[in-house]
Amino acid sequence: MMAEFGAFALMLGLACAIAQTGLSIAARVRRSSVLAAAGEGAALASFASVAISFAVLMHGFVVSDFSIANVAANSHTEKPLLYRVAGTWGSHEGSILLWDLALTAYGAAMALFGRSLPRSLKAVAVATQGALGTVFLAYTVFASNPLARLAQAPVEGRSLNPLLQDPALAVHPPFLYSGYVGMSVIFSLAVAALVEGRVDAAWARWVRPWALAAWSLLTIGITLGAFWAYYELGWGGWWFWDPVENASFMPWLVTTALLHSAIVTEKRGALAGWTVFLGLAAFSFSMLGAFLVRSGVLTSVHAFAVDPRRGVLLLMILGVTSGAAFSLFAWRAPKLGQGGVFAPVSRESALVLNNILLAAATATVLLGTLYPLIREALTGEAISVGPPYFNLTFTPLMAALILVLPAGPLLSWKRGDAVGVAQRLWAAAAVALLAGLAAYAIVSPRKAFGALGLMLGAWLIAGAVAELVERTRAFRVSAAESWRRLTGLPRGAWGMTFAHLGLGVFVLGACFETGWRAEAAETLPLGGSLDVGAYHLTLDSVTAVEGPNYDADRGLIVATRNGKPVCRAEPERRLYLANAQTTSEVAICDRGPSHLYIVLGEKRNAGGVPVWLVRAYWNPWAVLIFLGPVIMALGGLISLSDRRLRLGVPRRREQPA
Amino acid sequence: MRLPALLAALAGVLCIAAAADPAERLPDPAQEAHARALFRDVRCLVCQNESIDDSEAPLAGDLRGIIREQVKAGKSDAQIKGYLTDRYGQFVLMKPTFDPGNLALWAGPFLVVAFGLFLLLGRLRNRQPDVELSKAEADRLERLSREGRP
Repeated sequence: MMAEFGAFALMLGLACAIAQTGLSIAARVRRSSVLAAAGEGAALASFASVAISFAVLMHGFVVSDFSIANVAANSHTEKPLLYRVAGTWGSHEGSILLWDLALTAYGAAMALFGRSLPRSLKAVAVATQGALGTVFLAYTVFASNPLARLAQAPVEGRSLNPLLQDPALAVHPPFLYSGYVGMSVIFSLAVAALVEGRVDAAWARWVRPWALAAWSLLTIGITLGAFWAYYELGWGGWWFWDPVENASFMPWLVTTALLHSAIVTEKRGALAGWTVFLGLAAFSFSMLGAFLVRSGVLTSVHAFAVDPRRGVLLLMILGVTSGAAFSLFAWRAPKLGQGGVFAPVSRESALVLNNILLAAATATVLLGTLYPLIREALTGEAISVGPPYFNLTFTPLMAALILVLPAGPLLSWKRGDAVGVAQRLWAAAAVALLAGLAAYAIVSPRKAFGALGLMLGAWLIAGAVAELVERTRAFRVSAAESWRRLTGLPRGAWGMTFAHLGLGVFVLGACFETGWRAEAAETLPLGGSLDVGAYHLTLDSVTAVEGPNYDADRGLIVATRNGKPVCRAEPERRLYLANAQTTSEVAICDRGPSHLYIVLGEKRNAGGVPVWLVRAYWNPWAVLIFLGPVIMALGGLISLSDRRLRLGVPRRREQPA
Repeated sequence: MRLPALLAALAGVLCIAAAADPAERLPDPAQEAHARALFRDVRCLVCQNESIDDSEAPLAGDLRGIIREQVKAGKSDAQIKGYLTDRYGQFVLMKPTFDPGNLALWAGPFLVVAFGLFLLLGRLRNRQPDVELSKAEADRLERLSREGRP
């Protein structure tokens, strides 16, 4: 009965989404607050229904109800509870249901918390959100039912892929999806602004909290995915320019651009059309990502739950929703005003430059992802676009962005003072240059790359500090006065400083790790050893251990540096019994911000003596690669807590005719 | 069934960085490093978007063997890549070539930057100079600021 109840709740959710759309449109047309309230009620009901359906599916996974096809295909009774729960979103059907849950949750949140929005704008936005909900819920109900029953329930399920049985990956989809789908609110607000024909400072400020929340969640989601790849795939890589990664990266880049252009719209009334365009683009890229990941049109190292037949439906959803929104944009955008004027050297110019470079970066990722498809369709010739392409295109664009970044916050609106900014940044430039020179002396083998990367990272961090110094007038007024200014800074300013600082930390880690990593691999007998970086590793023992749903060989590898033991690593090689799959469980020794990364490989036979293939990597400053984005997301959340966002902009008084 | 097929496809992902295997290595470290650099630019044709440096698939192993032999024989990078593309087409290279068919791919990102800068410059050039206040406006401002004072 449970599964049928859940399926019924899902259909009820669809019905409520349709009602939400219809009632809210009627509310806008008739300017009726009663109908608007009914539409908002429907949004809440839609969310409640989908949440019930989601809870039913999760219950099915937790109690291992194998009469539900989805559970039978993706779960197993011996799987630990955490992974049974995470199995809810481990399949195509489950992940789409998670998408629906997030979509209706945002709709409900907009209905509840959108009190400061003008009535007509809110009605259109709620209607748009309802239309999105209708489309995706219809897809779920009719083409991707997560609660379909099997006529004969199997005794045991087929289990989840062991690679996915990992804490970071268990929570990765909820973060990623709440980020992806968070863009839907911006999309709905953008559509509403186009319908109403007015994009002003107040609109930009309403968009801001949603964009900040979605951006922060997406940042965390992507970082979790990268971290998972880093320690689970077993060779220490964290970003592969894989289509699936690109699919999540494009909405992130667009939202980053949006956060910056929305500031210009909010403070100076300029770039209104462009900000709306980015708002539509962000969710379109989210939907494109869902299509690319789920349809399997692109080969990827981590495409899970692929189904080409449903891919066509997802492509149609993308085409219809984005097509309609961008048509509306083409029709209405010319009516949006130009906004305030600004000089070539001004904060506006810096932010426009930021947007140009981020747009170009997005175009690069989009081209690199889709070009093989396009070229094959046109000429029949298959090509590959791999990491070397992105290193030659994306990386220089980002380097240019990083070069101008610290100047942006120091420039004043309208007309900036280039000489004054240079005076405030000379110390930061000196720090960056010294860091670069030091790196050139130390780093090997990729000296130039390491030095440039370190210089850019140090430039960002020192630039963020210089900006704080400027805001607090440190060294120019008394320390007490500086402290008072520092504690009085608005949260939004802190958020920006943290986000820029986090980017600097990430750049430091990424460039150091890429330029300076060392690798070693040997087949070792017991007692055998190998050297990596400054470390000496000895294979002490290998023992058989039994996990909840796997058998494993666990190695004990002792790492010493200058003769002193520094770490006892216990990497495992696991055999998952349910699907006879072998995985490597990496051991990572923390050495300050750096990692000693050790993998136990297959057992071989060398003249009657058992030997094991042991691989070890020295990954300098690897921690910063993941710490940086966490600091960035934290910046987003700090900015989100700024009270100016909660208060909103005073409503503009109607001018008497 | 799509699940077993998926798992089979994933099996290639599991035990990676196969190129580091000491059993395959060339005796000369410089040649070995050169071969490893080449591996990263060559796609494992049967895998899901991996270079042969990473893949443990048998075909990737064969390709590594061929490339190591050619490096040992002193062939240039261009010769080795030519050998691979003659047999497997452009698909085998992770870095697309700079040929006219890939013009949009390589030029696209920089065209977007150029177009954006063009729009920005147009916007900056068309801005109206800050207009001086007219006599009436100046008087009004003066009156208003005087009213503001106690």
